[in-house]
This record gives sequence, C-alpha cells and structure tokens, in this order.
Amino acid sequence: MIPQSFDYSAPATLKEALAQVSSGAKPLAGGMSLVPIMKLRLAAPEQLVDLGRIPELNYIRKEGSELRIGAMTTHYQIESSPLVRADCALLGETAGRIGDVQVRNVGTIGGSVAHADPAADYPAALLALGASLKLVSTGGERVLAAAQFFLDTFTTALDPGELIAEVRVPVSSGAGTAYVKLAQPASGFALVGIAARLVRAGNRIGSAAIGVTGVGPKAYRASEVERLLAAGKPTREAALHITGGIDVNSDLHASAEYRRHLASVYAARAIELAWSRTE
Amino acid sequence: MGTTTAIRTKTYVGERIRRKEDPRLITGTATYVDDIQMPGMHHASIVRSPHAAARIKGIDAKRALETPGVVAVFTGADVKEVGPVPCGASLPGLRVPQHSILARDRVYFVGHPVAVVVATDRYVARDAVDLVEVDYEPLPAVADPERALEPGAPAVHPEWPDNVAFTYHQEGGDVNKAFAGAEVVVKQRITSQRLIPTAMETRGVVADWRAGDKALTLYSSTQIPHLLRTLVAMMLGLAENRLRVVAPEVGGGFGSKLNVYAEEALMGFVAMRIGKPVKWIESRRENFAATIHGRGHVDYFELAANKDGTILGLKLKLIQDLGAYHQLLTPAIPTLSVLMIPGVYRFQNVFCDIVGVFTNCVPTDAYRGAGRPEATHGIERMVDILADELKIDAAEIRRKNFVRPDEFPFATATGLSYDSGNYAAPLDKALEIVDYNRLLEEQQQARKEGRLVGVGISTYGEICAFGPSPATPAGGWESGSVNIDPTGKVTVATGASPHGQGEETTFAQIAADELGIDIDDVVVVHGDTAIVSYGIGTFGSRATAVGGTAVYFALQELKKKIGTFGAMLLDSGDVSYRAGRCICNKTGKSVSLSEIAAASYRAMKLPPNTEPGLVSTCFWEPPNFTFPFGAHIAVTEIDRETGAVSVKRYVAVDDCGKIINPLLVDGQVHGGVVQGLGQALFEQAVYDETGQLVTGELMDYAVPKATMVPWIESSHTETPSPVNPLGVKGVGEAGTIGASPAIVNSVVDALSHLGVQHLDMPLTPERVWRTLQQHGGQA
Repeated sequence: MIPQSFDYSAPATLKEALAQVSSGAKPLAGGMSLVPIMKLRLAAPEQLVDLGRIPELNYIRKEGSELRIGAMTTHYQIESSPLVRADCALLGETAGRIGDVQVRNVGTIGGSVAHADPAADYPAALLALGASLKLVSTGGERVLAAAQFFLDTFTTALDPGELIAEVRVPVSSGAGTAYVKLAQPASGFALVGIAARLVRAGNRIGSAAIGVTGVGPKAYRASEVERLLAAGKPTREAALHITGGIDVNSDLHASAEYRRHLASVYAARAIELAWSRTE
Repeated sequence: MGTTTAIRTKTYVGERIRRKEDPRLITGTATYVDDIQMPGMHHASIVRSPHAAARIKGIDAKRALETPGVVAVFTGADVKEVGPVPCGASLPGLRVPQHSILARDRVYFVGHPVAVVVATDRYVARDAVDLVEVDYEPLPAVADPERALEPGAPAVHPEWPDNVAFTYHQEGGDVNKAFAGAEVVVKQRITSQRLIPTAMETRGVVADWRAGDKALTLYSSTQIPHLLRTLVAMMLGLAENRLRVVAPEVGGGFGSKLNVYAEEALMGFVAMRIGKPVKWIESRRENFAATIHGRGHVDYFELAANKDGTILGLKLKLIQDLGAYHQLLTPAIPTLSVLMIPGVYRFQNVFCDIVGVFTNCVPTDAYRGAGRPEATHGIERMVDILADELKIDAAEIRRKNFVRPDEFPFATATGLSYDSGNYAAPLDKALEIVDYNRLLEEQQQARKEGRLVGVGISTYGEICAFGPSPATPAGGWESGSVNIDPTGKVTVATGASPHGQGEETTFAQIAADELGIDIDDVVVVHGDTAIVSYGIGTFGSRATAVGGTAVYFALQELKKKIGTFGAMLLDSGDVSYRAGRCICNKTGKSVSLSEIAAASYRAMKLPPNTEPGLVSTCFWEPPNFTFPFGAHIAVTEIDRETGAVSVKRYVAVDDCGKIINPLLVDGQVHGGVVQGLGQALFEQAVYDETGQLVTGELMDYAVPKATMVPWIESSHTETPSPVNPLGVKGVGEAGTIGASPAIVNSVVDALSHLGVQHLDMPLTPERVWRTLQQHGGQA
C-alpha cells in the first residue's frame, strides 16, 4: 500500500519541531497508527515532522511525587522500566499489553495518547492514575489533566500547533493496581480494557479509580463503580455499573450487548486483581 | 583408474535435514517478484470497483493521463482482444460468465479490476489511480449464498436470475434404504465460512516484452508456471514458445496462487503495448479483495445409523458460495468435498447435491485443503453429534466405523479407491499421548467445579497426490529431470513448483541417496519454463508423491546408464552401484560417479548403443491418488464468563506414508494446524449485505499469531502408499484438514452437557457466550 506524497523532516530539537507543527506539519511519532492510515489513504498529510530524532522527548524520570515520561518514550521502554515498575506498575502493565512486540518497540506513549483511539490501552490507565499531560507549542506550554484531554473518538484537546511533550503520572504508592483486557484478535486493540487503582482502608476499599477503554466513543472513568466500591458494595455488584450512561460500541468483533457484559466481567477481574495487590 | 574404497553408508531419506532453502530466505537474499528490477521498468496500479454491483456508465482518464509520469491508462474497451480469464473446471451444464481481464460495462464485486494505470514510477501510478473517474450506477448486490438463492434476490449476472451456476449430484449405494432402515437419524446445518488465504507475499507480476524476438517473459508469484504459460499465451494470442514464465521465490500460496489471474495477462498486455517492462505488486488490501477466497460452504447434513453407532448412510445438500466468477478451479472445489465425504468410514450409502451459487463477492477457489477441510469438518462434526445422541464415546464410535486395515484398497461409495490405511493406529497413539481416560476423568472433575473443559477428536482422511490425469482438469502427472555434469555434480529439475514446501531439500535427499552422493552435490531447480520441462505444479499435497516419484524414476534410468558406463570403464560384466561408486563384483575395483560422468561426456569410448552424457527425464503418471489420514485431539477450556476459548493441548498424529524428512513434515503439520485453528477460532471473511468487504485488512481479519497458538504435540504413524515406489502420500494440507473439527468438537464437547449440539466457526468469544446464555450455562 502506498501513501500519497508528503514532505518529511526529522528535526533534532523540540523547538524546530514546534516551528514546523505550528505551520501545519503533522507530527509523526512511532507511526503505528498514522502510517497505516496514510497507506490506506484515509489520511494524506502534506508535511510530516518526525519526532523520533528528538532526544529531549525520550526519558523516564521521577520528579517529586510524579513520574515524568517524554512523549517519544516507547511502550517497551515503559514496560521494562524499573522506575515505572516501582512507582507506577499500572502504567508498565498497560504498556506491556499493547499490540505485539514489534508495535511496542516502535510505538510511543505520546503518539498513542495524541491519536486517542477509543480502543487504545493507555487512556484507561492514565485516567485511573489521574495523569496529566504537558502540552507545548511555540507560544508556550500548559498542563492538562488526562480527564480533560480525551474529548471524543480520535479527538483531543490539543490545539493546532500543539504537541504532547510529556506524560506526568502521580507516583502510585500504597495502591493496588491492575490492567486487564480482552484483545481484538486481529488488531490487538482492546475490545474491553479496564485499569483499576485501589487504595486499601483496613479490610475494605478506601478509594477506587477505574479507567475504561474500548467500550465507548472515548476512554472514561467509571465514577459510579468507584463510588459503589468506596461505599462497600461487593465487587461484582459494583462492576455491573461499568457502562452506566455510556453509548457502548458495536462492531464486527463485539456487539454492544456483549461488550457491556464483557466490561462488567473485566471490571470485576481488574478490581479483584488490583485488590489482591493492595498492601 | 579403478580404486577400492570404503562404502559410504549415510543416507538422507528419513533424516531431519535442515532446509537448503533457508539460508537465502532468512538472510533476506531471496529474489521475489518485487525484488526484480529492470532498465526502463514501468509500474502499474489498478483501478478497482468500490461497488459490489454497478453499471459502468463511463470512464474518464483525462486527469490521470495528464499526470507527469503516467504513460497509459487501459480500460475494458482496450483489452477486448485479450481472451477471458480461464476456468479449467468443467461440469455438466456449468454456466460460465464471460470474465474479461478488465470490467466492460458492469462490475460484479468490490475489487473488480476496471482500469490499469501505467507510469514511470510506482507512486505516480498509485496516485493517478485516484484520478481515474469512473461513473458507476450502483445496482443491488447479494453477498450471502443462501440469500442469493431466494426468489427475488438481486441477480449477480442478469442472464441467470436464479444465481445458480450449476447443480451437481453424486450418489452411491442406496441411501433411501439406509435411512428407512436406520434406528437413528441426526441432522445439522454446518457452515465453513469464507476465508482469506493470506499468503505472506501478495501476488505480483513483472512482464518483459522483447519486440525484436516477439518474446514475452512473465515473472509471477505463482504455484503453476507451466499451466500459467499455456493459458496466458492463449489469452494474449502468443505462440506458447514465445512466452517464458518464471516463478521466482514465491512467498506462500496455500492455493491462492494455483490460478490464472486477470492481472497476469494484463501485465503481459501492458508490456506489449508500451514496449517496456512493467511491474505490478498487489497491496494487502487488494489481496484481500481480489485474490481468491477459500471455503464458503453452507452444508445440510443428515446421518443415518443404528443404535450401536454403526453409520448406515449420509445425505448432504452443499451450497457453495462461488463469488461472481469462476477462477481456474472454482466450481470443482465442492466436488472434492463430495468425493471425500465418507472420510475414514466404511458406510456405503451417500447422496449429495451441490448448488453452486453466484454472489457479488470475489471468487472462491482452492485454499489449503480445497474442499477436503469442509468435508472433514462436516463428517467429523456429524460423527460427534451421532456419538452424543447415542451416548457413545467419541473414540469408540469412530473405531466402530473405520475402514478396517484388511479392506484396502477400499472402494468408497463416491468412487474412490483408498490406497492403504490403518485408521485406528494414529487414533490409538493420539489417545495414548493425551492419556484419554485420565483426561475424561479430569473433565468430569472440572464439570463438578463448574469449569467447561472439552476433549475433541477428529480422525480425518484426505485425498492427495493429484492425481491420475483422467481425474484432473489439466493432467495429473509430473516431470522430473536429473542432469549429471561432467564433474559429477547433480541438478534435479522438477515440474512441481515448490513455494515454501522445501522440495529443494527433500528431492535432494532422494537424489543423494539414490546416487550415493553428498546432499550438497545436488541442486534442485524449478519454477522457470525455460529451464524445467513442462510440469503441473505444487498443490493438493502432490509435489513429493508425484513430482518426487518422477525424479525417482529419472534417477533409476540414469543409474542404469551409470552402470553401463561403469562396466565399460571397469571392463567387467558384473558391476554394482553403491555409495557413489560403480564396483566390480569380482575384483572389488571401482570408479566414482564423477569419473563415470567425465567419461560419459568426454566420450572417447562409448558402450554399445549408448549416447554420451548423463541426463534423464521422466514424466510420471500416477495410477491413483494417495490417501493420508490421522487423528487430532484438542483439549479446550471455555471461560464461562466471557465465552473465550483457550486450547490447552493439541495432539496431532498424522500418517502421510513414508516420511522423507521429519523436520519438514513437522513444519507442514504445524503450519497446517495453525491455519485450521485460524478457521476454527478467529478467521472469517465478512461481506456486509451490500457486498462491501468488512474484513478488508489485517486490522479486522484475524490470522493466528504466534502468541495465539498452542504447543502442538506432533507425532506420526507410517503406512506406506502402494501408489508410488517412495511410499509417500503427502502432508501439505493434513494439519488444516484435521484441526478445525478437533477444535470445534472439543468446544462443543465442553458444552454438550448443557444441550449444545453444534457451533459454527469461528468460535469467537461472543458466539460461545451467546450459546452459553441460550443454554443456561453462563456464569
């Protein structure tokens, strides 16, 4: 498959990249979503700016109570990072469930988040973790909560000319977390993906954060489930509310009815697994 | 001349010899069609229909032609002189639509080629495809074969409003009597869904026209270079000796390249028109839409039996989704299903009706197994349904109905003669490997715990080594040549055109053993009509059993001549040939093959009535097909909450006759099982009701990946075939044929105590979950 022609540049600095993006260039991260779409001619950007040669966008470091991850950090780097494993195991577990080895070696967290595929894995985890995103442009930078970032299917709060520079994740001490998914067998995307983060209060759940992907038009927090869990409702009962108020997707691989059911099953499994990991 | 030497005892046949092909394949130095570069080479890209059915009201290529680099655009009106895409199958009353290489006034499926853009650059050609404006008037379409048979359904071809391409009836014995006397009859509708063959290398063609020689060379990713040459020469009106076809490295076919495609003749046409070489490489999306699909059955089965499990007879109504056209063998594929419908069982009463149905989809044709997986899936499911009805163990009911070892050659109700077999042997071995009785106990225990565990058996029989010429559309023989150089090095040329199977290795094993030489002194060539004698090709698990046998007989002929020269050189009337040397039985003196070869070409002295040189060619006509068989057992567990199936164990015991190379046989079994498992669990080509291909790319069509495949415990029994002197049968399709019923039988077994009799493929989690819901088995 052959894309339409485009201009390509691979600057070495974020500043150069931002200049090009501000003049309308389409940013290329790992290319795991953009390149296939271009090959199918569903997208035909005239100018691509490849962010892959910008060292300042590839890092994982701890600053205060946050992990800060450069947008061009690959899924594999996140999955295999001791820092992530120690301080934010949920993100590492999620990264390890994305696609296949080849995808994880090339795909990046910034690219995935910016693409906002409704079945992508990261958004569920980022929402459950209360992550935020540093967005930069030639005009400056701003920090936006993940909850405010994902607007709709393939639609985000990124303004024209803006790039994701960094993902910021609160260090998750004392919580039990889990990401579970049922993968669509062809694409590896989530038919249903549930990220759970639980804080124990004695013998019960003190607080819960549940992120859901693959189910609706965009990833979301299952706030009703969170509330019921914190109120001491049994897991299975609470999990039945996982798709409350959501317009559930229906496609070749799973009907809305089945997805709704799957979501409650996987929500329960994520919660049970996360609970077993609480301290 | 004349020395004594130790006898070399090492032989290759039966050994796990590593593939001679692999170094070039795994180091990226193999030459596929897309690796071919030529001076002045142009590139073609094809305009394809986005509609399943439409009238073409006009084509405007002006903007495409104005694009710098575009040299030509050809449409259906330009190729009227080119003959139709051929159908090689003949059935009584078969309706054959005119299949032009480019659509004329109508399109019949999504992906139907409408025009070709030729440019100096591949990217320019592709861009210009989007600039060709085709004025379509969309028409109603029908994609489902049963829907196509309903009154009032849209007519795929207006001249045949019932959408019936043919009906075909075959029967044997007295099925009415069998059913009238039966104590039990079980019935089931069973589908074998449309599949996309998904060879790793898509199709591709390079055409090179030399006007000065009036000669065309066609490089194509094909399984059948010689048949392609004959048929494309006819399509293009070329003398056949002016057309050379080369199948370079071919990255898999699975039957999808056992064909003659519009694009192959089209590239020849383009090259002749522009006077330059032209290349066309199929994209994956085109491959999914425009290369043949496989399977596409809706089968209505009835099985009659006695209460003790003895099967008395079978009825089948087979609805074959043909797609919009007949490709090379399209209508013949379901007739193979009918031929093999008795499977490995003794019953002699069979009554089958096929309805071949046109749909607005890409044609179906041979895909790994070609009709036999559908038949095996059907009979093996029906036997399980019968066993469940009668509460007889699935292994026991099979044993009861097997053709017995002393009944071979066995005449089936469908007119075949099974060559040899011992059907209980692989079943017993497979049962032993899985520890069947303990497994059944564990299953009972699991059920008590609320877990859904299933054990599925399939005992398949298949037909291979196509085949005797009267029973095949294009001749069923194969050619083999052996050429020994003056230095004693050996070249084997086979008319079978391997494309991944490994005959460069297995044929070298055969030649090295027969000549008693080192395997590295043998080179096997194939896939070029300028180098290799006419051949039929590789398909239907025939290359070794037919092509290998041709090589074997060419070697025997050559050994006689070697002996004649050896006797002359040793001045002895009593010589034997062992371990690469001709030995005088009286004196023990010997001469080597290379010494004999040198003398035969130098020809200072010739034995009486003997020509110089050491070359032999055999065209071998097999007296019968071969009939491999085996037993596969799958253990599955179902996630009660989600319906997801996991395969816990997979045991395959295959009997493919004598094994030339166990390593390659394992490879074939593994690949075959994975493709069968793909059909059972994941794969389906889905057209929506308007004829749009929903599974148009690998994002939606789920071929199994390494992480989705269980460990395969592969083992064998060896029952030689009497059909050929090698005793071989064929193994290319066995895994695929055995796997899907083993998996589905296993999953149905896991659910049978809930009252589930059957599930259609693929066994997606949702399908299993819905079944659980209907039968009150959900968690």
